[in-house]
Amino acid sequence: MGPNLALNVEEVAAVILFGIGFTTLLLHRNMIKKIIGLNIMDTSVYLFLAAMGYIEGRAAPIVENGVTDAEYYINPIPSGLVLTGIVVSVSVTALMLALTVRMYRRYHSLDLDEILIRMQREELK
Amino acid sequence: MNFVQNFPCFSIVLCMVAGIISTPLKGKGAKRVTLFIVSLVALLSFVTLLYILFTGTGFTYTMGRFPAPWGNELRAGLLESLLATVFSLVVLCSLLGGMDLIFTDIAEDKVNLYFILVDLLLSSLLAILYTNDLFTAYVFVEINTISTCGLIMIRESGRSLIAATRYMIMSLIGSGLFLISIAMLYGVTGNLLMEYIHVEILELAASGQYQVPLLVIISFCTVGLAIKSGLYPFHSWMPDAYGYATISSSAILSSLVSKSYIFLLIKIFYCVIGFDLIVQSKIVNVLFVFGLVGMIMGSVSAIMAKEIYRMIAYSSVAQIGYIYMGIGLATEAGMVAAVFHILTHAVTKSLLFLSAKGLNEASGRKRVYPALQGAAFRNPLAGAAFLIGSLSMVGIPTLAGFISKLLFATAAIDGSQRKMLPTLIVLEVSTILNTIYFLHTVVRIYTPVGAPEEYKDVRIHPTPGRIGALVALILMNFGLGLFSQPITDLIRAGIEMFA
Repeated sequence: MGPNLALNVEEVAAVILFGIGFTTLLLHRNMIKKIIGLNIMDTSVYLFLAAMGYIEGRAAPIVENGVTDAEYYINPIPSGLVLTGIVVSVSVTALMLALTVRMYRRYHSLDLDEILIRMQREELK
Repeated sequence: MNFVQNFPCFSIVLCMVAGIISTPLKGKGAKRVTLFIVSLVALLSFVTLLYILFTGTGFTYTMGRFPAPWGNELRAGLLESLLATVFSLVVLCSLLGGMDLIFTDIAEDKVNLYFILVDLLLSSLLAILYTNDLFTAYVFVEINTISTCGLIMIRESGRSLIAATRYMIMSLIGSGLFLISIAMLYGVTGNLLMEYIHVEILELAASGQYQVPLLVIISFCTVGLAIKSGLYPFHSWMPDAYGYATISSSAILSSLVSKSYIFLLIKIFYCVIGFDLIVQSKIVNVLFVFGLVGMIMGSVSAIMAKEIYRMIAYSSVAQIGYIYMGIGLATEAGMVAAVFHILTHAVTKSLLFLSAKGLNEASGRKRVYPALQGAAFRNPLAGAAFLIGSLSMVGIPTLAGFISKLLFATAAIDGSQRKMLPTLIVLEVSTILNTIYFLHTVVRIYTPVGAPEEYKDVRIHPTPGRIGALVALILMNFGLGLFSQPITDLIRAGIEMFA
């Protein structure tokens, strides 16, 4: 267990960050903090992927000086996945922020519990 | 390569193109484009289904010029094309049935956005059905989430905003888990295409390596997709999301969106991990237990609901419990029953939502039960449709719901001894609870005595689109109920094609 943990520091960090982000997104009442949690969670997955694709001592997968030997470069697929994932998480974050703005304009609060209470009060009127 | 093999790719791309064309159009134009494309997709999917039936084998379709294992692939089998046909037909019926309300519920300058979202939703549904690549599946799962959120919140009432937010939070948690499981799976196997991962996993299982990571991957992936599809403890967003969106959205969301995630899960079970390993990992037992609890708790909440839409939404929770129970039986018969119930629920729930809307219109747009008294006499077609939908969900012979329950029961009896008794008991109890809440509503709408005075003499004349949609969904219900044998054979052959 011990030496494995030391060898895979990035992956361990990624999983810890994933846990932090996950619990923040699930349990925090404040919308902005929820969104921050979402971003931490997604970013931790990208750290995980990027750490997996990196091979010590090799170059970025862009052909340099005409070297086409695959042994010279790192694995490009995880980087591609990270790029795609970033696009997805940016659009989801934008959507969540837009929803938060709408809710704030209507209920003047960022606290989800508070918003629910105000909604019920509004409907009882 | 035969020309028909392009059709799965065509249908995905056509939906996206429809979305792009609709951008500059006004509401009416966007409506025409969307209806045309959705019908075309239904036709293409049906031709694909016939083609696969005729040739007897599924096919894979290479996207772009990179061959497997580097490129991206689509894969069409019997099950994929059958579900694609039914899904696009249900989208078509839901749109037609709620068309007049789309134009009144939504601000005029946003109507074309609604149709763009529907196009996007259908394309992501089809892509989730057809894709053979896990990361593509993840991307389209997110597209599905975003368009669903749009469909919920486009009505711009306070409740639908909050419902959309809660839906997003639950879904994002689910997709986060799904994403990290894909990342780990890639780390362990080094592939993203399903069949190549499967080969690697078989090797790992044979050599006994990476057993703990594999277990973590299986549980993250299953839990993530279960959260997204609204399995029992994660259902809290459903009643508000289905109850306060415009009616076409409710029909599409309740009958299709969560089903696509369940189908993706089944596909991962068979094509990626391999069903034997899944059974060994015991994760199906967890799904089984939560499915059983969901069947009871969903029905209990439905009985206590005070509004008709919330009742139907809670009934969805129970029906999703049925599907997961079928998967949890861990036999092929259970899986066939689960897939059959996906179809049953898709055609019945949209029928119930559309007819409930008709009843609601006949009662001064009130949704509480006292206002609905005698509503079936004020809107006879909606009343009849609601009656048929209810009977189907309760499980009356000749209707689709009966066949589902029969399949679940026989699968339970043929399956493992330990699961047989709980399944049968819960199936029985849940059927009784179903009867209580559905027939309670049916009796209410068919009781003319004590109808509220102010709309006692209201008569609703449904639009042609509504009539067509309701009749088509009723016919599909009877079709699934009466011709169940060929359909279950088809599903069984489709599942065998997976393995």
